[in-house]
Amino acid sequence: MDALFWARLQFAVTTVYHFFFVPLTLGLAVFVALMQTRYYRSGKEEDKQLTQFWGKLFLINFAMGVVTGIVQEFQFGMNWSEYSRFVGDIFGAPLAIEALLAFFVESTFLGVWFFGWDKLPKGIHLASIWLVAIGSMLSALWILIANSFMQQPVGFVLRNGRAEMTDFFALLTNPNVLTQFPHVFFSGVATAGFFVLGISVWHLAHKSNVEIFKRSFQYATLYALIGIVLVALIGHSQAQHMVQTQPMKMAAAEGLYESEDPAPFSLLTIGSLDGRSEVFSIRLPNLLSLLSYNQLTGEVKGLNDLQAEYTKKYGAGDYLPPVPWIYWSFRIMVGAGMLMGVLAFACLYLAMQNKIDANMRYLQWLPYAILLPYVANSAGWIMTELGRQPWLVFGLMRTEQGVSLAVSGGAVLISLVLFTLVYGALMGADIFLLKKYATTDPAKIAEAVGAY
Amino acid sequence: MDLNTLWFILIAVLFAGFFFLEGFDYGVGILLPWLGKDDDERRIIINTIGPFWDGNEVWLLTAGGAIFAAFPNWYATMFSGFYLALVLMLIALIMRGVAFEFRSKDKRPGWRNFWDWSICLGSLVPALLWGVAFGNVLRGVPIDAKMQYTGDFFGLLNPYALLTGVYGLVLIVLHGAIYLTLKTEGTVMEHAHALALKLWLPAVVLLFAALGASYMATDMYTKLGVNPGVIPILGGAALLSVSWFLRNQRAGWAFVMTALTLITTVFTIFLTLFPRVLVSSTDPAKLSLTIYNASSSPYTLTVMTIVALIFVPIVLIYQGWTYYVFRQRVGKNSLVH
Repeated sequence: MDALFWARLQFAVTTVYHFFFVPLTLGLAVFVALMQTRYYRSGKEEDKQLTQFWGKLFLINFAMGVVTGIVQEFQFGMNWSEYSRFVGDIFGAPLAIEALLAFFVESTFLGVWFFGWDKLPKGIHLASIWLVAIGSMLSALWILIANSFMQQPVGFVLRNGRAEMTDFFALLTNPNVLTQFPHVFFSGVATAGFFVLGISVWHLAHKSNVEIFKRSFQYATLYALIGIVLVALIGHSQAQHMVQTQPMKMAAAEGLYESEDPAPFSLLTIGSLDGRSEVFSIRLPNLLSLLSYNQLTGEVKGLNDLQAEYTKKYGAGDYLPPVPWIYWSFRIMVGAGMLMGVLAFACLYLAMQNKIDANMRYLQWLPYAILLPYVANSAGWIMTELGRQPWLVFGLMRTEQGVSLAVSGGAVLISLVLFTLVYGALMGADIFLLKKYATTDPAKIAEAVGAY
Repeated sequence: MDLNTLWFILIAVLFAGFFFLEGFDYGVGILLPWLGKDDDERRIIINTIGPFWDGNEVWLLTAGGAIFAAFPNWYATMFSGFYLALVLMLIALIMRGVAFEFRSKDKRPGWRNFWDWSICLGSLVPALLWGVAFGNVLRGVPIDAKMQYTGDFFGLLNPYALLTGVYGLVLIVLHGAIYLTLKTEGTVMEHAHALALKLWLPAVVLLFAALGASYMATDMYTKLGVNPGVIPILGGAALLSVSWFLRNQRAGWAFVMTALTLITTVFTIFLTLFPRVLVSSTDPAKLSLTIYNASSSPYTLTVMTIVALIFVPIVLIYQGWTYYVFRQRVGKNSLVH
């Protein structure tokens, strides 16, 4: 195994790990801000308790997101130096702007919010949590602008042996980011929705603070529902965009080897072990064409035809991504999402019919559903990034061309082992604290704010 | 002045801001287990930087991002070349950041002690490594014609770079001790004050040793001349005055002086470097990375300049405001149990 392999594995491990924390930060920041807005208006103690209870869990999660994010910013230079040279003229800008515009806002106002409960006028204190929420959204936006360049390069010219920016505005309005950002944001809303839902149910099942957590349950149901419905709708237009710009990714996600018109949707496809051919498949006729073009017909290109097309365009080479990974991560993402949709609608029904208590023997399992959005989020990124392979920047640079030349495989292996050990231990500590505070009486949490 | 020079200055300013601000919270972090005799004292110490440390750290991330955006080749060569050192630094920063948030969330002494030492070591490692890194950038590291670092990890640990590393570390601890003198009361303040007085002389000795070594090990002499100029002299004088201010109970001024020393140290390094950003010891004249051969295109530099001119002042205003909001000293009565 060489430096390339370890560097890819390390990037995968650290990125998926980082993204355990990001969606919850995105969704929970807005949720806490909404709770505090209620408190600002009502002045009621229970609204304050709700704000501080969810705020505490938000802080624990936020810390993990921040520290694992630092690794991401450094890793491009450390492990992908040739990539950084090639696209630095374009890719560096959104990262720097993210720090300057978003990260400063987030970090500074989080400190203000946490330490400012008794020191600031209520309105300014409320504004500070909204600034944290907006800062984390902007942060995600700039990172996705950078990522979108890798999926669909725009606003550049090849000059001086590298990609140079020619149109900053094109970078900002990259069609890829226009669907990717809302998809990521609302997946954060859904993640936070299920997080709050699961913990609220735990309290209801244990008859602790029933009034407060019944309200949380209702808010979270609505929040999760909004999140999951919008994620699905935006995901749909994202997939249609993908058919246009990264057809190989879509073909892999469907295990579609030959182009077809009308194209069927795969219910189950088993391929050969190397992912190069189809062995067995159950398909629903016309559905993929319908999903791709909103009509019953329309050609969806298959892997083999795209391989031939790309060989002609980019020269001899293997342009297939690791098909089974893309196929299954796509299905895991969509499957987890659909399950979340069903659960959220069921919760809505129970809340509206006032049947929460009567169904507690089913609902008590809901805390485990907190894992569903995590599965879906990780699978989504694995599909997006592995589906881009063999490209590092689509059509411009292959992954093996981007790896650092000055870093040996042994050095990357050392760092991979270290990061994995530290990340593993921190995950244990994080889950321990989240569990501890998720099952604490909100009145007790409210006593201990304003200092470490 | 061209945009390349402007970005060189801006990155120097970002690093100066980083060492000034994160300098004291590294210093406070390093001192935490030593000065905090019991849990209350430790919480007082942490709470002096509680609202600020995260915002301060963003100065580093912004400096990193600015290097990437403005000088991608500098970012690529330095970050891949200093690989293992940066891995150590990242792990230190991870442990430190998490520790602030985690340590008070459980009452077990073992738990708190573990995170307190994480804060200490997590502050010490980067405080030391930044000095080592800048020592190497200035002294030169082996870089070939393809802008690739050809040395190894242990090559970075040469005596000169270790000296600049220790100088940076001691200056940062002194800066932190003075900050604690300013922001606490009672025994913590007294101990911090006494420690600052003790650290002053070693810091002065190290400053002059590092300056002298720089004249020998780097081309500071050809760059700055016998008389190094206003900026380094100001830094030296500021550090010399610290002891007087401390003895006369003017910790505020002492803090301004260590801040000045940190800032002028960064500026002296960048002045000596200019127009290079990373000196090649293989062939300093031909293979060094400069603000021209390492830079982004004029278009990107223009875009980034506009963004920076709008947003840097805004950041300064609201960060300054937070220091005003939390300007009070932290004492036992401000802790919540």
